[in-house]
Amino acid sequence: MTDSVYTGLVDLAADPADHWAFGSDFVDPISELADMPVVLGDADPSDVAVGCLALGDDALVLAHRLSEWCSRAPDLEEDVALANVALDLLGQARLLLGRAAAADPRLVARLTADVPEDSPAPPEDRLAFFRRAEDFRNVTLVELPRGDFADVVVKVLLFSTTRLTLLESLRASPDPVLAGLAAKGGKETRYHQGFAARWFEVLALGTEESRARLNAAIEALWPRLHELTAPDEVLSRGLGVDPAAAREVVYVDLESLCARCGLEVPERVALWGPGGRRGRHTEHLSRMLAEMQSVARAHPRGVW
Amino acid sequence: MLTLADLGVLQRVEEVDGRILVGLIPTHAGCPALGAIRADVVRALADAGFAEVEVRIDPAPAWSSDLISPVGREALRRAGISPPGPAGAQAPVPLAIGPPRLVDAHRDLVCPRCGATQVEVLSDFGPTPCLMLARCQACREPFEHLKEH
Repeated sequence: MTDSVYTGLVDLAADPADHWAFGSDFVDPISELADMPVVLGDADPSDVAVGCLALGDDALVLAHRLSEWCSRAPDLEEDVALANVALDLLGQARLLLGRAAAADPRLVARLTADVPEDSPAPPEDRLAFFRRAEDFRNVTLVELPRGDFADVVVKVLLFSTTRLTLLESLRASPDPVLAGLAAKGGKETRYHQGFAARWFEVLALGTEESRARLNAAIEALWPRLHELTAPDEVLSRGLGVDPAAAREVVYVDLESLCARCGLEVPERVALWGPGGRRGRHTEHLSRMLAEMQSVARAHPRGVW
Repeated sequence: MLTLADLGVLQRVEEVDGRILVGLIPTHAGCPALGAIRADVVRALADAGFAEVEVRIDPAPAWSSDLISPVGREALRRAGISPPGPAGAQAPVPLAIGPPRLVDAHRDLVCPRCGATQVEVLSDFGPTPCLMLARCQACREPFEHLKEH
């Protein structure tokens, strides 16, 4: 007789601090990792913190948008795949937001003034659930609404292709937690890119309908690739990561994918404006955050 | 079925001044099981008579499926999960978007039930972050494969 898989799952005699619960004594191992003292190297702690926020917000916002695909994907395998990508990104986001708070201890208080002092929310949650849209540092690509399946494929393709280059640079960080995250994140992102590239090809070589939808997604989203590869002083100074360094390689790589799939190679255009890294977001982010943050904001002292 | 040491998750055990210090590493960045795993370790050590225990998550080494021991791989196979092939050294990830299936080991998948090599990959993802789904074309049974990572 095999053990029930539920055996030992809930041990009523156990210490309550062992059971995950928001706002309780339970300490999540990931947040302990994020809280370890940050090895700054030559960088200014504020630059390190904002750099971590930028990379963390990219992951957090896209993870949330991808989670909106749950039960809405065209088939079961795609639903599971998108959920997996979201989970990987959420893990990276947690560590990065936690690291931002560890690098600059006053950062959280500065950015989350409306959190009551007795809120049990840890730093990563405070940053995720109590910041205003203009204090988020993600690129605008990730905050756009769900769109259709072609949209999410293109979005994940552009995002993971550029993120691979950023994480590769981050592996050289003097901070062991960030370097470790970069190594692990790079391997995961490779799978995300593979998933998106495969579907890109399938949609391109599929039917008239799939090709039309893919072309529409490319037309809408490709101009935002420029922002993903824009030079950023804070990322460079704080984390030694230069998104612009890989711009040519990224464009050439993606363009050759388009050519291989028989698609017209998209123009290298850019959208006007300072962009998400400066806190200038589209109208979609605040709407997304209103929903995402609503429960935490309604119960800032909540324990469950 | 298999231990944390077999999986390569348990990396460090030291005794310092009567305290047991344990180091674990997470398999994936978003691993949701870490808290439960740590609680299990604390409980196991308490049952063995060690009350002064500290279990930390170490930032290094980065977990790789290469860290799974031969005993662990055999246990996975016996449980119907295809164990991972070699993940390879942590070389810089090349940018060029490659062929449809990124991991070469996919070509060498073996059905853990019947041993056939005619296997098709259903998805690069699965019920947990470490798994992918495949189906044997000989015995027609689907199975999970632990991803090379």
